[in-house]
Amino acid sequence: MNKRSLFKAGLAAAALAAFSLTAFAAEPLKAAWVYVGPVGDAGWTYAHDLGRKAVEKKFGAKVKTTYVENVPEGADAERVIRDLAAQGNKIIFATSFGFMEPMLRVAQEFPDVKFEHATGYKTAPNMRIYDASFYQDTYMAGIIAAQMSKTGTLGFVGSFPIPEVLRNINGFTLGAQTVNPNIKVKVVWVNTWFDPPKESEAAQSLINAGADVLLQNTDSSAVLQTAEKNGKYAFGWDSDMSAFAKKAHLGSAIANWGPYYERAIGDMLNGTWKTTRTVLGVPDGVNDLIKISPAVPAATKAQVEKVKAGLKAGKFEVFTGPIVTNEGKEVLAKGKTADQAWKDGVNFYVKGVEGKIPSGN
Amino acid sequence: MNETALLIAAALASGTPLVLAGLGLLLNEKAGVLNLGAEGMMLVAAIAGFAAAFHTGEAAVGFVAGAAAGAGMAAVFGLLVIWLNTNQYATGLALSLFGTGFSAFVGVSMVGKKLADQTPNAVPLLADIPFVGPAFFQLHPMVYAAMALAAVMAWFLYRSRTGLVLRAVGESPAAAHALGYPVRRIRFMAVLVGGALCGVAGAFLSVVYAPLWVQGLVAGRGWIALALTAFATWRPARVLLGAYLFGGVTMMQFALQSAGVQIPSQLLAMLPYLATIVVLVLISRNPVWIRVNMPASLGKPFHPGG
Repeated sequence: MNKRSLFKAGLAAAALAAFSLTAFAAEPLKAAWVYVGPVGDAGWTYAHDLGRKAVEKKFGAKVKTTYVENVPEGADAERVIRDLAAQGNKIIFATSFGFMEPMLRVAQEFPDVKFEHATGYKTAPNMRIYDASFYQDTYMAGIIAAQMSKTGTLGFVGSFPIPEVLRNINGFTLGAQTVNPNIKVKVVWVNTWFDPPKESEAAQSLINAGADVLLQNTDSSAVLQTAEKNGKYAFGWDSDMSAFAKKAHLGSAIANWGPYYERAIGDMLNGTWKTTRTVLGVPDGVNDLIKISPAVPAATKAQVEKVKAGLKAGKFEVFTGPIVTNEGKEVLAKGKTADQAWKDGVNFYVKGVEGKIPSGN
Repeated sequence: MNETALLIAAALASGTPLVLAGLGLLLNEKAGVLNLGAEGMMLVAAIAGFAAAFHTGEAAVGFVAGAAAGAGMAAVFGLLVIWLNTNQYATGLALSLFGTGFSAFVGVSMVGKKLADQTPNAVPLLADIPFVGPAFFQLHPMVYAAMALAAVMAWFLYRSRTGLVLRAVGESPAAAHALGYPVRRIRFMAVLVGGALCGVAGAFLSVVYAPLWVQGLVAGRGWIALALTAFATWRPARVLLGAYLFGGVTMMQFALQSAGVQIPSQLLAMLPYLATIVVLVLISRNPVWIRVNMPASLGKPFHPGG
């Protein structure tokens, strides 16, 4: 190789590099979502997909989004996340608690890809977490539930006894107690996020046990439809479910993920992405209780609005002491408000919830 | 008191899809054909039934569509195993895998759709009797139809001539063939009726019980029905008992939870399977009965003149 050809080769290489740089700049950012259920579940996954669509709308040609639905939590999830990273997605969102460990393993293999996990608690240099505050929704739902209940017993269909779900049960109970201090809350666990016939059966058993207003932390509209069939009340969960039950629907506890997804993609495009833990809620426009039924008295609606305004202004905290467990132990002193660490460690039922938390999950 | 009545009603409703599918599979197996495709047939029938009920607003149309879809799936299976002599186990498994995927694929547009509201069910006069009314007489007509079907099936298999021939085909197809009975056609009819009943079970889940469509709605109930026929030693009355027992224990574990009983819910979730198997094994443990009831040629292909 003589000097001249070396020079030529160098020139060619420089041109190629320059060309690939400009090409890279024009390439849209590839972002992928991993869903635990079908997009059409009308609940949890559907809500996340609305967030994905909000990203497409806002960023247009700058992003290219894909999603994989119905991914089981476990070994399959790891394979799916790895595939998405290998296909050149630069940011991947995993939208279920059980995707945490698989995502963490894949994150270590792809240091130049950014990973985002919903509702978890583990981070890495290229993996961060985001979460909503559904307990703010359930607190508001509790106010309405206690007002509408004739039997003084509310029912809750739980998925798995993890801190998030326990916070939601406790928030629901505390909200209900502001209306009726003697309210009882019964809990039935189905040990699944999504099994409509089973969710219906659990709802039916709560109704049979005297509960007349139900709330659920599972992903289908089955509980709401079971309440409708029995002439009882219930709430929509994750997204607007008012269409599923004309009479039974008292309101829908929702999460509107768009604002967070837009923020995350913005961080990627501006190069400002860093590992954080983001807990969103009513103040961020993420959580809300919407479509409150006309059957709910105006005074109760006003009480809910007042709570909402307090949450928005940061003046109100759902978990404010004194908080006592249903075994009589004080977990938060009078006048204290819960911090994040306290909320992360919720492993008890507050006073008013019946029964004991199933051990081990 | 009233809670017990409601628990009984819930157990009967919960067991009904298992009764329907279990009896269908029993008929199949009595004719010597084992169809492991129950889960797939039920899923395809569930989406067909839901779509039909959604578009017409009639639950009855949903049941007809479900039965037709189940029979259609069974017809494919029957042609393969009866006339082409493919392996029954592999073909049945393939049918289940296909049905799972196919129902998810065609059902995409039906997810999140809502059926017309159901009218409450009540048998006139009887529904008003305290305790007995809410326990037994406020259920969907299909629940009673499933009970009647068990009686009809028992009569057909053990008291009718056609049933005797069908059992002969399941025991010794060669002997039945020698007597001039069309073994393959009889088996095919049994497979079709079995598929149709699995179809009605699937439609019951999506049209009445849930009532909604989502991917994988049947959630393993097809496999449970298959196990039920074997544990019930191929006797209709025991299929009925096992199905209601399974439904009953399922509902019982939820009721225990809502009553605040201190048992880990994961353990409770296991109970229905455990209790059903234990009870059926106990009442069916007589080896002579098992030999008498199990179709001798179950799962074996038949070649006339072979």
